[in-house]
Amino acid sequence: MYGGGNTFDPITDTKQATEDPQKLQEFEARIERGEKIEPSDWMPDLYRKQLIRMIEQHAHSEIIGALPEGTWITRAPGFKRKLALMAKVQDEVGHAQLLYAAAETLGKSREQMIDDLLEGKSKYSNIFNYPAFTWADACFISWLVDAGAIVNQLANSKGSYGPYCRALERICVEESFHLKYGHHCVIHLATGTDIQRKMMQEALNRWWEPMMHFFGPPDKVSVHTEVLMKWKVKMSSNDQCRNQFLDMYVPKILELGLTIPDPLLRKNPETEQWEYTEPDWEVFKKVINGDGPCNEERLAVRRVAEARGKWVRQALLKPKTEYVTPLA
Amino acid sequence: MNTDAIKELLYKIADDQLIIGHRNSEWTGMGPILEEDIAFSSMAQDKIGQSYALYQLLHDLGEDEPDQVAFMRKANQFKNSQLTELPNGEYDYSLLRHFLFDTAESIRFEFLAQSAYSPLALLAKKIQGELRYHTMHANTWIKQLGNANQESILRLQASLDQLFPFALGIFEPSPFENVLIEEKIFVGEKVIMQKWQEQIAKILNATELLIPSFSEPAIYGGRFGHHTEHLTLLLEEMSEVFRIDPTAEW
Ligand SMILES: [Fe+2]
Ligand SMILES: [Fe+2]
Repeated sequence: MYGGGNTFDPITDTKQATEDPQKLQEFEARIERGEKIEPSDWMPDLYRKQLIRMIEQHAHSEIIGALPEGTWITRAPGFKRKLALMAKVQDEVGHAQLLYAAAETLGKSREQMIDDLLEGKSKYSNIFNYPAFTWADACFISWLVDAGAIVNQLANSKGSYGPYCRALERICVEESFHLKYGHHCVIHLATGTDIQRKMMQEALNRWWEPMMHFFGPPDKVSVHTEVLMKWKVKMSSNDQCRNQFLDMYVPKILELGLTIPDPLLRKNPETEQWEYTEPDWEVFKKVINGDGPCNEERLAVRRVAEARGKWVRQALLKPKTEYVTPLA
Repeated sequence: MNTDAIKELLYKIADDQLIIGHRNSEWTGMGPILEEDIAFSSMAQDKIGQSYALYQLLHDLGEDEPDQVAFMRKANQFKNSQLTELPNGEYDYSLLRHFLFDTAESIRFEFLAQSAYSPLALLAKKIQGELRYHTMHANTWIKQLGNANQESILRLQASLDQLFPFALGIFEPSPFENVLIEEKIFVGEKVIMQKWQEQIAKILNATELLIPSFSEPAIYGGRFGHHTEHLTLLLEEMSEVFRIDPTAEW
């Protein structure tokens, strides 16, 4: 995984429909007490809508995210890497399955969600719109993109919607293996031969800006999300997540002798906050709106897979021929 | 025991598992439904894990390390049946290959579990347990899609017809056939093929599909290193990163 879902496109509709004030009050009191909301419980429309959107985008990110790494399964160097990468990408597809099921509890079917993805109506994490040129790119994704995802997902697993929290708890356990695998791969490249070290440094240079974009625009320009925070739909701000990621991983990256391509990056000892060159948010906007290096390709691959598999799904749903016992 | 014969046997079954596993893994992210992505990936992981364990037995007999053997040999050094190297095609094609191949495999490993060569017998017992799920998966889907609607039945039939001569090629006799049988290392391809015919007939007879003739000419060659161009391409892709520096730790 990848993304806590809340960063892929700006929340525009936070207007609350007219809800029964008594029910709303009870609902908010339950969340306040730390109770989980379950599918059959009463919930405000906006809550349902935002959760569907968020879980759905998260699920899409898992299946689209399986593509850039998936192309390296057939090229992974050696048995150990080949087996581990297959298992890792399979987990990601499994996460999609879990998350679609969690979103379905809110009333939208998996088929509808996938249709919306293919029609470009529903977003997924921006980071998968960048190409994985070399094996080192695949290793960067396994380690650091998954690391970023864990930061988001751990926060969201403390949210208020029961099915999503439970899915995230399971997902986080698997993610921690991905992280170990990815770290192991990067260690071998970063401390390997000249060619390997060069590959790894170049991958880091390519992926640093998308990684900074990963957590979404800075809080000061983000759309107001107070009500979603209060309802525990959104659990921590973009900047908080980014700062936590830098705290945990900058030392580990530097420890490997790699250079982070940002001369301004430093932790301010007084504020305990990281300072860095602001990544280009115009690029981020461009990519999220469909104009990144791989947007077309990713969706095209998904569309082809859906089209090729259509007859299978139809045969499962509407078998027309009745089973007849053969004569012989 | 005849070591050359054992090595030849191990190479062909290990290569089969590696190549079919590699093909299965190509379904990741491309399956007709998410559950099938996951299932094909599970089978791929089992098979590649099995090939690794078999190459390890070869290493114990003095052959090179599994990574070198798998990632550095040329196509004409591979002993897999041609069936395993064919590109995935559409889902019906991959499903039929999976069915035809895994039925043969599960019978093969059932017999290998009784091999007089005990390291192989021991490993075969474990592999046999894993393969049970692969045949269960194949049989379920063949029965489902082989009875569902006109399109699915026609697709499956066309793939079955295309793949059948290649499937018969699984049972290409080895130059060591007699030695292996005499020394009770392996029961021999003929016995496997007979049981295979019975089992696939049992499943296919529960569908709308027609079984091609078992006396059709088989496509042989794989066991002697003769392959389609698809294997060369597969191996080039598989070893692309490894060959950047085969002595490096990746
Ligand atoms: Fe995931
Ligand atoms: Fe992951």
